[in-house]
Amino acid sequence: MASAKEMKSVLFGPIFANNPIALQILGVCSALAVTSKMTNTLVMCIALTAVVAASNFFISIIRNHIPSSVRIIVQMTIIASLVIVVDQVLRAYAYEISRELSVFVGLIITNCIVMGRAEAYAMKSTPFMSLLDGIGNGLGYSIVLLVVGFIRELFGSGSLFDVQIMPLVSEGGWYEPVGLLLMPPSAFFIIGGFIWVLRTFRPEQVEPKE
Amino acid sequence: MSKKNESLGKTIGVVLALCLVCSILVAGSAVALKPLQEKNAALAMQRNILDAAGILEPGMDIPAVYNERINALVVSLKDYQVQQDVNPADFDNRKAAGDPDTSTRLQKSEDIAGIGTMETMTEVYLVMDENGNRDGAVLHIRGQGLWGTMYGLISLEDDLNTVRGVNFYEHSETPGLGGEITNPSWVKTWEGKELFGDDGNVKFDLVKGGASNEHQVDALSGATLTSNGVDALIDFWMSDKAYGPLLAKLRKGELTNG
Repeated sequence: MASAKEMKSVLFGPIFANNPIALQILGVCSALAVTSKMTNTLVMCIALTAVVAASNFFISIIRNHIPSSVRIIVQMTIIASLVIVVDQVLRAYAYEISRELSVFVGLIITNCIVMGRAEAYAMKSTPFMSLLDGIGNGLGYSIVLLVVGFIRELFGSGSLFDVQIMPLVSEGGWYEPVGLLLMPPSAFFIIGGFIWVLRTFRPEQVEPKE
Repeated sequence: MSKKNESLGKTIGVVLALCLVCSILVAGSAVALKPLQEKNAALAMQRNILDAAGILEPGMDIPAVYNERINALVVSLKDYQVQQDVNPADFDNRKAAGDPDTSTRLQKSEDIAGIGTMETMTEVYLVMDENGNRDGAVLHIRGQGLWGTMYGLISLEDDLNTVRGVNFYEHSETPGLGGEITNPSWVKTWEGKELFGDDGNVKFDLVKGGASNEHQVDALSGATLTSNGVDALIDFWMSDKAYGPLLAKLRKGELTNG
């Protein structure tokens, strides 16, 4: 069994020290697509965290039996099955949101974070540690998405979780929304800003000049 | 990783076992969650119908309002009689259109909406006002857009000529171009337009560059094929082959409750 300290670093490390989006620049496409509203963002984060944690766990359980010639396909099969299950659950319990997330739930299959953690960590580690690593990376992904979603929804539509915080000019209020923030490219700027802030506080993440 | 893992037998064995487990997992979740999903789909359809009818308000109890304000009838599209033996709650328009027993294959020349087969019976939603009097109707419409079939509902005023609302609840048109068929401000331009001319023929049109009379709506810019599709599907569904005679009957009050 791994030490408590190691467990902690596996679980919390990916949040700031080794963030999958900010440092490894993985999984950016869904970060652009689903962050225009906090509700959608949160559901997407939960879905991805569940998939990456479960896929890490199951892949780790059978890691000693996976023939290396077909290991990617085996990983994909497990990930794809989990994504379908998550998609079915969302359709049953969060129908409206699953409609808005549409293809992006299915696209978790191709999310590099899930494949990346399966190949880089779960294939070599024990199931419990892999589960923690999955949750940790899910949280790292979530924190970036939630920050992006928070900024985009608050300044793009003046609301949070669909609750109007700043009344819009079009509805008789005072806030003129920033339309750009509702467009996917705005997430690029925000993620860029997030990385900048993160690397200001953690200069060791800055790549050496070439 | 041991050598043993790499043998052909082991590889096939692992893959087969994995596939079996995964397929049980996927099939199990799909079957177990199906009732809930169908309930959600039915609720979403009721919501779409209320939305098209202009009754929908945020936070309302959709099934209750639906039961009170919407009178659903299954009507044959051959002789335009109410099908008393079919329960509207169990009827699925899309299923009917796909089932050879309840649909007819359209000739290429008459299939202007590009739908292939047309159901022989359909569900019509009569909108009731608070006093239980008929106050318009909601009809299913669909047709080929640029990328796929556009499914929608059109809601008519009680003269069964003036449009009250339209709701394309499922489509695969290009976001920002053809996808603008769901844009509320465009949908609003349909309000009050008249489908039929004085001679009883369909006169409704999507026109480029400025709708100028009560039969015209602006086409979507940058989405010619989507606009043509919407145009054609209205022409088709409101024609005598589809809803024309049904609307005539409704106007005369012959179809109120079977």
